[in-house]
Amino acid sequence: MMKRDECFRILARHITDEAVVATYSSAVDWVEISPRPLNYLSIGAMGLDSSHGLGLALGRPDRRVVVLQGDGSLLMNLGSLVTIAAVAPKNLVHLVAHNETYEANGGHPIPNRKVDFAGLARAAGYAACYDFFDLGSFTQQIAHVLEQDGPVFATLHIEPSKSLQYDYPSLYDPAKRVAFKAALQAGK
Amino acid sequence: MEMGATTVDATPRELHGGGIIAAIKASGVEYILSVPDIVTSAGLLRPIADDKEFRLIRVCKEDECIGIASGLSYCDKRALILIQHTGLLDSLNAIRGVAVEYKQPICMMVGLLAHDPETAPRASPRYGVRIVEPILDDMGIAHHLINVDADVAKIQPAIERAYRESHPVAFLIGRSPKAS
Repeated sequence: MMKRDECFRILARHITDEAVVATYSSAVDWVEISPRPLNYLSIGAMGLDSSHGLGLALGRPDRRVVVLQGDGSLLMNLGSLVTIAAVAPKNLVHLVAHNETYEANGGHPIPNRKVDFAGLARAAGYAACYDFFDLGSFTQQIAHVLEQDGPVFATLHIEPSKSLQYDYPSLYDPAKRVAFKAALQAGK
Repeated sequence: MEMGATTVDATPRELHGGGIIAAIKASGVEYILSVPDIVTSAGLLRPIADDKEFRLIRVCKEDECIGIASGLSYCDKRALILIQHTGLLDSLNAIRGVAVEYKQPICMMVGLLAHDPETAPRASPRYGVRIVEPILDDMGIAHHLINVDADVAKIQPAIERAYRESHPVAFLIGRSPKAS
């Protein structure tokens, strides 16, 4: 088992001009580790992270899009695995933090803690799928995960984290949306 | 905004898909995001699927469309969501969050399933149809009834306005468009 923030610190070393879609607990950790205009945080409804990511990947095929989604969020939008696999954007990397709980909603367990997300993504038709259980293998392989043709999926098997502060007004600040679009356009 | 305007009074009482598709193209829409809808299946979705000028993304559930369209809009790509009113109802939380609270240009074309086109949707005996316009009104979402060919002229200006002013819009398809 890994800690999400430790994973994200390693991930952050490899992130340059990618658009990063992150929500809820993943967003809280990610913006603390890597605050940047190219973070896309305003998802609007739980589960839509992967769909926003698909839209960005389609709209900007020249740029890689990394989705940092929670397991509870993906469960609310499992069909997006099938849609993404069918569209097959080569520039989409889909990372799911699997801590087996709805962490942002009180830490209650997801309906089946042992669900095999990477297996679901593989069956849906993702180009490559991974499971990471320890920081060593994640550190060793993350560069390859980010570089290969997608859609790429990886489950990050993590522990429930320490209690987080969810500053939603800051995460969903309209100014962040404006800054994201400006940063995206600046890179055209 | 056509809030509350639901009269059905135009003639002739026909609707052709070709006109709607031409209006969608004239609006600069490149992506069609869809779950099949029996009202628009033959007259819109099938010809759109065969039209090389569109990129059709078939999704599993309608709320996916809201996220995809939002992501595309940040890239200055225009999308139209083609769904059934049951899918609109299923997607209300996504529409609330993304389209209304974040003021995103989410453009929706919604078939009114099992609707009698000679009846105003608000007066429909079908509960699911009857509640659509009041819900859109309560959410402050502009909507237009597309019931006959004369209504098609509403489409392009409304899509242009939605993207210019960054707000959602819904077109309610009141009768099955003829394939043309």
